[in-house]
Amino acid sequence: MPDQLIFAMEVFLNGLMAGVLYALVALGFVLIYKASGIFNYSQGVMALFAALTLVGIMEGRVPFAHLINATFGTEIHHFGWHLPALAAILLTMGVMVVLAWAVNKLIFNHLVNQEPIILFMATIGLAYFMEGFGDVMWGADIKKLDVGLPQGINTAIDEITYGWFGYGFFIDNLDIVATIIAALLVIALVMFSQYTKQGRAMRAVADDHQAALSVGISLNFIWIMVWSLAGFVALVAGIMWGTKMGVQFSLSLIALKALPVLMLGGFTSIPGAIVGGLIIGVGEKLFEFAIGPMIGGATENWFAYVLALIFLVFRPQGLFGEKIIERV
Amino acid sequence: MKMKLATLALGAVMAAGPALADLVFPSMSYRTGPYAAGGIPFADGYADYFTLLNERDGGIGGEKIDMPECETAYNTEKGVECYEATKDLGSLVYQPLSTGITYQLIPKVTADGIPMLTSGLGRTSAKNGAVFPWLFNFPANYWDGASVAIKHILDEEGGDVNDKKITLVYHNSAYGKEPIRTLEELSKKHGFDLSLVPVDHPGQEQKSQWLQIRRDRPDYVIMYGWGVMNQVAIQEAVNIRFPMDKFIGIWWSGSENDVRPAGAAADGYKALTFHNLGDDYPLYDDLKTFVYDKGLAAGAGDQHGTALYNRGLYGAMLVAEAAKTAQEIHGVSAITPAMMRDGMEALEMTEEKMAALGLPAFGPEFQVTCENHGGNGFAAIGQWDAAASEWKMITDYIQSDQEIVQPLIEADSMAYAEENGITPSCD
Repeated sequence: MPDQLIFAMEVFLNGLMAGVLYALVALGFVLIYKASGIFNYSQGVMALFAALTLVGIMEGRVPFAHLINATFGTEIHHFGWHLPALAAILLTMGVMVVLAWAVNKLIFNHLVNQEPIILFMATIGLAYFMEGFGDVMWGADIKKLDVGLPQGINTAIDEITYGWFGYGFFIDNLDIVATIIAALLVIALVMFSQYTKQGRAMRAVADDHQAALSVGISLNFIWIMVWSLAGFVALVAGIMWGTKMGVQFSLSLIALKALPVLMLGGFTSIPGAIVGGLIIGVGEKLFEFAIGPMIGGATENWFAYVLALIFLVFRPQGLFGEKIIERV
Repeated sequence: MKMKLATLALGAVMAAGPALADLVFPSMSYRTGPYAAGGIPFADGYADYFTLLNERDGGIGGEKIDMPECETAYNTEKGVECYEATKDLGSLVYQPLSTGITYQLIPKVTADGIPMLTSGLGRTSAKNGAVFPWLFNFPANYWDGASVAIKHILDEEGGDVNDKKITLVYHNSAYGKEPIRTLEELSKKHGFDLSLVPVDHPGQEQKSQWLQIRRDRPDYVIMYGWGVMNQVAIQEAVNIRFPMDKFIGIWWSGSENDVRPAGAAADGYKALTFHNLGDDYPLYDDLKTFVYDKGLAAGAGDQHGTALYNRGLYGAMLVAEAAKTAQEIHGVSAITPAMMRDGMEALEMTEEKMAALGLPAFGPEFQVTCENHGGNGFAAIGQWDAAASEWKMITDYIQSDQEIVQPLIEADSMAYAEENGITPSCD
């Protein structure tokens, strides 16, 4: 088999894995948009905030330590514990639920019946607030996140492919774990929305707020639940990306990777987020591999958007998005 | 009531502003945003050095130092706003820790007559003081860094890199592209194969780039990165099992922030530096006595001894020494920006001077002149010791290949002079 074809196969597989990581971020956007019609600009910052909180809880860091020390002249930084990853993840999930409640209580309850653009603007404000709040709470240093996920080359795949092609493929163990987790997450979310009372209520709210209200569904509860779910997805994305690059403020920029996925997959479809992520991941990696060297490289950021725009020409609602027909 | 409020507001502004006789060294810091982890230690070191001079020596030459800090968030527009907001305070010199801000400020500081120091960053050809009278970039620049990296590789390879493969992984920006021409010239001279691998901002996803590196199997990788690009690159290099001691970062890819996320696997990674590392210096004793123990440390006070904190200290030390030189030249303590420029152009950093300041062997020796605003191009190699969690200098200061670098600086600066109608002059 020609070398270039073998290399392309390796790039293709890595593109699929990268796509799963993009899809993880996009999922959070989809959940909130589907249930409330809000495009949540702060989803990337939520991933950052969740990861910061997870590291803080795991390492026993004192929140607002800098502020406390500067105000009271103390020198406290750590509680002195180191929690197991699972306990810290559960506690962080609790924090994300509290955040979901606070966001709805303090912001969105006051914006009921406002135009979507107003709600979008509110999430921009929320993003900037949370970025600063996270900074004050946990500090701006880059934190190592280690919840025990494997990283580095998968030697089994390396050896098997070497036996087949005389060239060992590189597949990152972390990407394999991310793929498994993303698959489980999607299955769980689909089952939740299809087979539970709360899930059906969520779908009812997504279809028609007023009709859902008229049959006794609490809009407030559903929104808090959806923001909590989005917080959970943000936590999973924060763990994956934070393990790759350390927990730092650039983590919020992963939202930029989710936008073309949403454009392509549609804003309202969970499977769309996954398929969109895979297409973007594979598309940008193969383009960089095949065309990048001819035009100076570093094509991935812009090519993802070009790819999404090409799809939009043919399906403006995205691959799996709902076709909205407004009758006058 | 309105009158009272106006009076209070005016009073607050006057109290916040510097006294007219103060020596004003504005700090264009970035403590927020995606690059905060790099901006904070530099800003803390810069501030702590001036605080030390105020507390221990009463300032410089009897003049207290004022250091208004302005947050840029590493954003070029905000950097320019900071400059405009502080230049009329009597600012003596600017040190923007950003090549983007530097490029925007070059025409402004030239028109306003305020010196700017861009150690290890900014426009490399600013070294030619005959073309750029208000710009200084001592002790080393990007092109020096590229050349010193190659010299180190030559040392490692017994002086022969013919047919060796060297890959440059770079931030796909004006900054990241700076070393390309120098490396191309060095490639012709020494016969190594150079390949270029750009990474788009911000650089959280580099799988394609490192798959390419894995396929190409270079002997060495040089990196010009900043921010998250550094951490991801080091992690990806670990993932593909690229040997860390063959991976050399520029000084902006050589802080604790860059290596810690990869943990023990980052052990052996190398980075250039134009100042020394660690906190084993007499100056740190003074900092402890006069700054830290008095609760006057900048920021959270948790950056002491880190690579970027030391760079902030070093940057402040260089301009403080230049201010002293200016005071000596002009015989006045309350110097103006023009006098400060004269002090910077006459600055001489010797080992004796650094030792007397409590920073023995902290940086290379150099003498600034009108023709040479950039020092002599010395830099050293640091290596990360993951077990000890610290950087260690593993070489002496190595001079860049002046035969290659100097003609490039001459050509670039003269092209700038021609484009902008500048007549180079050292009169």
